[in-house]
This record gives sequence, structure tokens and C-alpha cells, in this order.
Amino acid sequence: MTAMNLIQALNSALDVMLEHDPNVLIFGEDVGYFGGVFRVTDKLQEKYGATRCFDTPISEGGIIATAIGMGAYGLRPVAEIQFADYILPAYDQLVSEAARLRYRSGGEFSAPITVRSPYGGGIFGGQTHSQSPEAIFAHVTGLKTVIPSNPYDAKGLLIAAIECDDPVIFLEPKRIYNGPFDGRPDTQVKTWAGHPQADVPEGHYTVPLGKAAIAREGDEVTVLAYGTMVHVALAGIADSGVDAELIDLRSIVPLDIDTIVASVKKTGRCVIFHEASRFGGFGAELSALVQERCFDHLQSPIDRVAGWDMPYPHAFEWDYFPGPRRLAEALKRAMEYN
Amino acid sequence: MTVPNRPTLSLHIPEPSARPGEAPSFAQFDFGTAGAVRRPDSAEPETAMRDLPYELIRVLDEDGKAVGPWNPRLSPDVLKRGLRAMLLTRIFDDRLFRAHRQGKTSFYMKSTGEEAIGAAQSMMLGAGDMCFPTYRVLSWLMARDYPVVQLANQIFSNADDPIKGRQLPMMFSARDYGFYSLSGNLGTRFGHAVGWAMASAYKHDDKIAIAYVGDGTTAEGDFHEALTFASVYQAPVILCVTNNQWAISSFVGFAGGDKTTFAAKATAYALPGLRVDGNDFLAVWAATEWAAERARSNRGATLIEFFTYRVAGHSTSDDPTKYRPLDEPEKWPLGDPIVRLRDHLIAIGEWDAERHQALVDDVTQAVKDGVKQAEAVGTLGQSKPDIATMFEDIFAEPDWRICEERKTMGL
Ligand SMILES: Cc1ncc(C[n+]2csc(CCOP(=O)(O)OP(=O)(O)O)c2C)c(N)n1
Ligand SMILES: [Mg+2]
Repeated sequence: MTAMNLIQALNSALDVMLEHDPNVLIFGEDVGYFGGVFRVTDKLQEKYGATRCFDTPISEGGIIATAIGMGAYGLRPVAEIQFADYILPAYDQLVSEAARLRYRSGGEFSAPITVRSPYGGGIFGGQTHSQSPEAIFAHVTGLKTVIPSNPYDAKGLLIAAIECDDPVIFLEPKRIYNGPFDGRPDTQVKTWAGHPQADVPEGHYTVPLGKAAIAREGDEVTVLAYGTMVHVALAGIADSGVDAELIDLRSIVPLDIDTIVASVKKTGRCVIFHEASRFGGFGAELSALVQERCFDHLQSPIDRVAGWDMPYPHAFEWDYFPGPRRLAEALKRAMEYN
Repeated sequence: MTVPNRPTLSLHIPEPSARPGEAPSFAQFDFGTAGAVRRPDSAEPETAMRDLPYELIRVLDEDGKAVGPWNPRLSPDVLKRGLRAMLLTRIFDDRLFRAHRQGKTSFYMKSTGEEAIGAAQSMMLGAGDMCFPTYRVLSWLMARDYPVVQLANQIFSNADDPIKGRQLPMMFSARDYGFYSLSGNLGTRFGHAVGWAMASAYKHDDKIAIAYVGDGTTAEGDFHEALTFASVYQAPVILCVTNNQWAISSFVGFAGGDKTTFAAKATAYALPGLRVDGNDFLAVWAATEWAAERARSNRGATLIEFFTYRVAGHSTSDDPTKYRPLDEPEKWPLGDPIVRLRDHLIAIGEWDAERHQALVDDVTQAVKDGVKQAEAVGTLGQSKPDIATMFEDIFAEPDWRICEERKTMGL
């Protein structure tokens, strides 16, 4: 085991897979010689050569199109989109091609690609370095969407994603690359040092796609979260004094519906917490699923705490970002409902 | 059956001429000579000028003289105003870059070495024309005397930010200055310029549009789509590629710039392509004037490649010494645009060291005063626009969601 931050854990996953499987290739803008703007591919070109880890033209549509072609040939490409905000030029390739290639060819061709991309706010990145686009991928059948919340899961999930025979969108919460973030911008910046989930095995292991983790056990309310918001939720739960059970979804497609249902049946209450704006967000799907499957067990309305319905506003980062206070209020509301 | 005698395939990955620790080399480029490139009439058909995309249009020679058919014969007064705009840009950049180091803003991007492009074009084009900028044409605004304090207010996201704290520093919008709203997405406004120009043609106006992308951004589909539309509809637009050799850490080879010129992309769209020394204020002016004349007389679009060099790091988040030789910027054969225009003014007897120093002092003071004024309003986090404004401008009229969310915040 080695202490790793989230960046190092991802780098280690890529390193293991390059070593392990000659069909794995890594490419994207600035990922080659430079090692990526967030250093996730640091030293991989040096170690494995330029044909295993290389730079691309600035063309997200081109990056994903070529990844799909390589995948169809039999490789396992891992493409990086520098910021999830810039994945949209590739959306057609993901939706119309990657997601359907196996189905429409009657199983003749498929696209076993992994698309890594840093996402989310809390870094004063303004409207084009802050967005959380998970819902627009979750809506597309044929794509898997994975979001880790700590170094251990990040490495295990990324290896599982690369080994997966389906296209996987792997969203990396960049605010917690270097340390967990509790949603309070005015407190001391934390690193991953000493965090139990920053203890990462050096070799190959996987964390299965579609299996949620219980980040905190509790009896009174179920909180559903993923990515950065897992840490913000822990702070909000502590503030609220409510004995909440926190589920870290880890992958939103496939979704671990059994863990969610078991928890809500136990607690009788559910609050969904995500950074993306609320309307049509992934929380809407979660809310519908919980209502459909746990209606007779619910003691209060399902609530959603999310970003406001607007572009991410630079000066108002912390007015937009759903912090621990808003979650704590929702938890108390759920408990007071009768 | 015969077996072809050839080696197996191998995957090609481009490499720049030099990496850190190696000597910079520009041997792969032909820089031509000042004054050597012919200047066809702007009314000539594109088919008669297919040599131009492979030449380099230069006006200022090594002695600071303006030579050849592209010399725009500008008055000394215009040259001095250009010099001032470029100096304002350079000095403002340096000051705001430091402000970022002091935690006063979240981000900054310099345009060091590329100041001639925006400055000359802003001055050459009319008040009614619209520029669709990148984050590296601050000199457009400087040449039109956009208030320094407003720039700094935007960069600090403070209460007086003219675009209400909505955007990352440098992502200005200044409609009255012919400066279209910027966004972090690369290339997405290139086609807007074509649409704007088509609208002007539809309305029988005489306004034209100008747009920029970087060398790296030519790889985006937006670039090629815009060229197609510009060609099909003969849109009155000037489409520019600022080829500064780098796209963050990727050299031009990752946009195909090691195999042909960016200007040459025009030919496949049947548009004239000009390749111009971007560090030469006079050459930038002359090429723009030529393309503007062509556009205004209903002859359609021109693609101009400005051959230049990104002297600074990509942004405050970048360290260029990690991927290119430390001394590559200073070895750039086309020099510094400010020094070259200064030397030209000196060569024609219109300038000297004292006057230059006086201008530098004056501009430094103007930057200092403007930035101080903005600092008094507040730097990042110390001051911001009224929170209620966060809920405005999402739609023309807010819908119930936005009204409810605003109420939830007690506003
Ligand atoms: C669509 C999109 N993809 C990626 C990025 C990230 N990015 C920002 S600037 C940049 C390099 C741009 O290079 P170039 O077009 O040459 O312009 P320069 O910065 O050199 O002026 C990249 C990759 C982005 N902003 N938008
Ligand atoms: Mg560039």
C-alpha cells in the first residue's frame, strides 16, 4: 500500500493497465510529453513511449471518434477530455456512435473505450471549467458513467472501466484531486494524507462498476451523493445532528438500486445531493426510482439539494455551490416532517 | 501470388524540433524577406493567388524600414497610437499577472508577443465592425481605449464588473467596442462571425466581421464549418488564425502545422489565404486592409494566418519550461512587435529613446491608476456584484424555477 492522492491513484491505474495490456493506449490534449494539465498522465509517455501515451489535436469530436475506431479494431483506448465542459463537441460521437455501436451492428462491433474527464466546481473555474454533466450521459442508454470520491475507489474503478467491454464515461471530481473538500471554502485546505481511502495498493485491483458504498451508516435519513459531494455531505450530516446514512453511488450507470432501496426502506427518508443544477439533474431520476420502489416506506417527501438552475457563475461560486448548510437544512426538514 | 516487400505499418506521433534542454530550432520554417511578396489587387479571383498562402507577408525589414508593396503607408500619428495600445497591453498583462500571484484574481492570460495583431486590426477596422475574439486579443480593446479600470473590475469579479461577475477573468464582452462575448470553449464563436457577416449582407449594410482562433483550435470542427459557410455564402468576414506555435504544451504539429501552413487551408474552400508576420504591425494592418476591402466589396471572406510566437506561458496555470526550451521565446526570428514598431518610428525620425521612455512611463501610470481604482472596489472575494443579479439574464424573463431558487436564498 502507498499513500496516494486522487491524481496519483489515477496515474497508477493507467500505469498498471499500460503495463498489463498492450492494447491500452492513452491520448488527449496535452497528456503526452507534458503529462496532462492536472498531471494524471505524468511520466507515462516517458515510461511507455509516444505510441502508448500521446497528445492529440484540439478536437474532442476527433478524439472520441478515433477512440471508437481503435476500440472497434480491438484496442482499449483511454481518452482524456481536458475538462468535462469541453466534452460537448464529442457528444454526437458518444451518443450516436459509442453508445449504440454494439446494438446496431447486431454485436459485430463495439466500442470498449474509457473517456476520462475532470468535472465539477469549487475551483473558481467559471462557467466552462466547473460544470457537472453526468445527467446528460446517464440519460443515454449504452454509456456507463462512473464517478469516484476517493483515491482507492478512483484507481479500482478506472481499471474496471478500462477492462469493461462497454464505453465508460469516467468523471473525475477535480476539486478533490489533491484532498477531500467539505464544502467550506474558508477552512484550511486538506490533503489526502492520512485519509484511510488514500491508502492504495500499487498493483492491479478493481472496484466493480455498479456497486455503491455506504460512506456512513445511519438510521434516520438516506443521503445519496457521489464525487466531491460525498465529502460535503459528511460535513452537512455532522452539522445537522441527524443520524443519516450516506450512500456514495460511485457509478450512476449502472446504478446500485438494491443498496439504495435497502437503505431507504430502513430509514424511511431520502435526500439527494448533487452539485449539478437541479432541473432534469440525475437527482430527478433517483427521486423517481426511490418513489417507485419505496413509496410505502417513506415518512417524508424525497428532497433534492443541488446547484441552482443557471450557468456556473464565477463571482458567486459559493452562493451557487450546494454546501453543507443547505444539506443540513434539508435533513432537518426531513426529520421535522409529519 | 507476390508478397509486397514493405515493412509493417507503424503509428506516427509528431515531435517538435526541440524540447527542454535542447537548442531551439526554427529551421523548419521559411521566413522569407521583408517586402518580397507580391500584392495582387483584392478584387482578383482567388484562383489567381494560390501562391500567397505559402509566402510570408512582411513589411518591416531588419533596419526598421517599411518596404515592398504591402507597406500600408501609415501616418506617424497612427503608428504612435498603435505603439501605445501595444504597450498598454504588455504593461497591463504584467501587472495583472502579478496580481494573480498575489491572490487578487483566480486566473490570467497574457498575450505577450502577439500585441500587434489586435491593435492594428482594431485601429484599421471600423466602429461598426464586430470582432469575435480569443482570450489573446486584449490589444483590440486597448487600441479602442476601453477603460483599464473596467478590465480590472472584470478580472477581479468585483461589484463593478461590467459583465456582473459571471465569467472567468479575460472572458470580456464589450459590445460598444466591437468586441463579442468570449467564452472558455475554443472555436465556438468562429461561425458566429460568419453568421454576423451574413446578417450584414442580408441587411445591405457595409459592416464586416473578424474572428480569431489559435493554431491549436483549427483542429476543431467549428473552424472548418465556419470556412465552409463563409465560402458558400461569400460572407463579408475576415477569419484569422493566430499561429503562436503552441497550444498549451502541444506544438503546431498537433494541428498539422508542421506539414503545411494554416493559410493554405483556405485554398480547399476557395478562399484567399494570406500568411502574415504577426509581429509586424504594418504587415498586420496591410493584410487586414486588403481583406476588409475585399469583404466590403462583396467578394467574400479571407483567411489570414498570423505567424507569431506565444512568449509567455499559456496562462497562470502553465509552466512552459516543462515542454519547450527555456530560451525558445527569445530566439524567435521575427522579434518583438513592440520593439520593431518602436525601431521603425525611430528609423523614420519620428521617435527617440526619451519619447519612448515618456510613453512607457505614461502608460505604466495609466495602468497603475486604473488597477488601483479597481482594487479600491475590491479584488476577488473582497467584493462582488449584488447576489440577486446571479438570477438575472438566464432567460429574458425568469421562469418559476429561478424565482423559487432566488426566494430560497432569501433574495
Ligand atoms: C473546446 C475546448 N477544448 C479544450 C480547451 C482547453 N484549452 C484551453 S486553451 C487550449 C489551447 C489553445 O491553443 P491555441 O488554439 O493554439 O490558442 P493559444 O492559447 O495558443 O492562443 C486548450 C486545449 C478549451 N478551452 N476548449
Ligand atoms: Mg497557439
